[in-house]
Amino acid sequence: MTKFIDLTLNGISTGAIDAAVALALVLIWRATRIVNFAQGAMLMITTFLASAVITKTGSYAAGFAVALASGLIIGAVVERVLIRPIESAPPLNAVIVTLGLYTLLVAIAGMIWGNSPRAFPAAFSLRGYKVGGTTLLFTPNDTFIVLVVIAVAVLLALLFRATSLGLQMRAAAFAPEVARLLGVRVGRMLTAGWALAAVAGALAGVLVAPSVFLGPNNFDPILISGFVAAVLGGLDSPPGAVIGGVSLGLALSYVAGYEGSALVPLAALVILVVVLMVRPTGLFSAARERRV
Amino acid sequence: MRRSTLLRSLALVLACGGVLLLFSEFVSDYRNTQLATGAYFFAALAGLTVLAGQSGQISLGHGALMAVGAYTVALLIGNEGWALLPALIVAVAVALVVGVPVGIAGSRLRGPYLAGATLAFAVGLPALADRFPATFGGENGLTLNPPTPPSFLGSSFDLFRWEAWIACAGALVVLFVLYNLIHSGVGRSLRAVRDDEIAASLCGLRVGRMKTLAFIISAGCAGLGGGLLAAVVDQLASPGAFTIQLSLFLLAGVVVGGLGSLAGAVWGAALLVLLPNWTNDLAHSFSLSTKVSANLPLAIYGVVLIAAMLLWPTGIQGGVRALAGLIRTRIASGRRWPLGASGAESGPH
Repeated sequence: MTKFIDLTLNGISTGAIDAAVALALVLIWRATRIVNFAQGAMLMITTFLASAVITKTGSYAAGFAVALASGLIIGAVVERVLIRPIESAPPLNAVIVTLGLYTLLVAIAGMIWGNSPRAFPAAFSLRGYKVGGTTLLFTPNDTFIVLVVIAVAVLLALLFRATSLGLQMRAAAFAPEVARLLGVRVGRMLTAGWALAAVAGALAGVLVAPSVFLGPNNFDPILISGFVAAVLGGLDSPPGAVIGGVSLGLALSYVAGYEGSALVPLAALVILVVVLMVRPTGLFSAARERRV
Repeated sequence: MRRSTLLRSLALVLACGGVLLLFSEFVSDYRNTQLATGAYFFAALAGLTVLAGQSGQISLGHGALMAVGAYTVALLIGNEGWALLPALIVAVAVALVVGVPVGIAGSRLRGPYLAGATLAFAVGLPALADRFPATFGGENGLTLNPPTPPSFLGSSFDLFRWEAWIACAGALVVLFVLYNLIHSGVGRSLRAVRDDEIAASLCGLRVGRMKTLAFIISAGCAGLGGGLLAAVVDQLASPGAFTIQLSLFLLAGVVVGGLGSLAGAVWGAALLVLLPNWTNDLAHSFSLSTKVSANLPLAIYGVVLIAAMLLWPTGIQGGVRALAGLIRTRIASGRRWPLGASGAESGPH
């Protein structure tokens, strides 16, 4: 029973991180109808930058801020330079460009920082809470992770529902032509979508790095689970991404706990395929006809 | 018509086989190993390029399908003591079988969903080797003995040349099968499904079935490529050989060669074999640090993928075709070549 509680708590904190990555993928999908396969590599770069700043200044907060700021810049630059030229090309081209970017960023990180993983500091203690003599598998740092992701989800919801920028972003994604006629700078809104998404990704990178370590390829599984979580949520809805992230985190935590962690990627694949077979557009998306 | 396709493909295979046979005679052991490597890459790339170019599906999971072929061969030869040929045939069969569920799932997905699902497949499948180390040898994988040349070739027959022969024979089988597929009614149906699914289904084509068929065939090719890799070139099947990077390299090879054409797969295979060498030489001549030189090929693949999509989406084979077309129209328009240069500059007819 304690094992079940431990796995549940652990699943919630890993699920929160999956949710953050899923949010990043969903924001980009909403803006440009592209799945950003470079997201894992982009958040790897921002986390390396954070690590460099933390070693230099000794301040976790400074590193955290640098990760978010560099995420903002990288996201905007990638959209402007690489994605804008292939906006109207077939979807396969965008998939290949983001995969090329993934490959390039992994190589650059390897060139600068080397391929062997290194440790990354956690914001708070990694020692589990004690409840009645037993130590839970849930730490103050996990609390921090969950709270940060909740805060991001709430802020994004506020942005999209209560601000003019959010309304313009939604309009640009939903009906670019009409939005353009009404004076929305559609191009800028797409850039803003990518930048915001990269910030959410950067956040996930800093949060997950203490447990997966920091290396060029260490964030590949995060991208997979984030993608599965985003698809569970329908790829189109931020609340769906959060729910998808947490439910996936729980499911994978039980698999890892009871069947061994080597099976986690395979379990993610099985969940993905089953969900896509039952509902090809995800669990939380409204049914919609594909345009011919 | 169908008969002439068969004859043409046979002539093509015989011509390629003859050239490769001669080539392997005159080059060093090192070049023969490169030839064998290029041959197994060609098998996998040709399957992938038919899948992507002819049926419009993308797969990031072909590295994992190569792993299926490689482990099948390693288990059959290493544990059961099978001969090479039946082991390779079974490897193809197993890859075909694994391709069935993936293809059925894939036929219902499109674009990024399919890419993501096959990516998860590429990451998930090699994890089985870690989960069942007793069968699959864990991180170290399974090792094999090199294939021995048959006695009628003489006792001193060069091992590397024999390996190149086997791998090239496999590649030629793939070439023969896929050439006939592309130029058959099945190939035409695949292209119809790719260009407009609804129109194709109105014409009575089973869209899902055609897409699944394309995936299964390309899975078989990848299985053969993996089997050749394990049995002939590396003599090893280990999870380290089938990372997600391999799947991305395959994609890069297909895209840069030119999506959908078998000649493009040849260019792609050449690129995958030669690029690591060139970057190694480059790194040596500029005396770069190991950190930089180890990651240089990866960086170049990334740049090449992006640049190809942004600047030249039809790949090398598209460029070759455009050039050939240009030359042909110049000849057809009756423009006379300047006297004296005609011998050197006459284009293909």
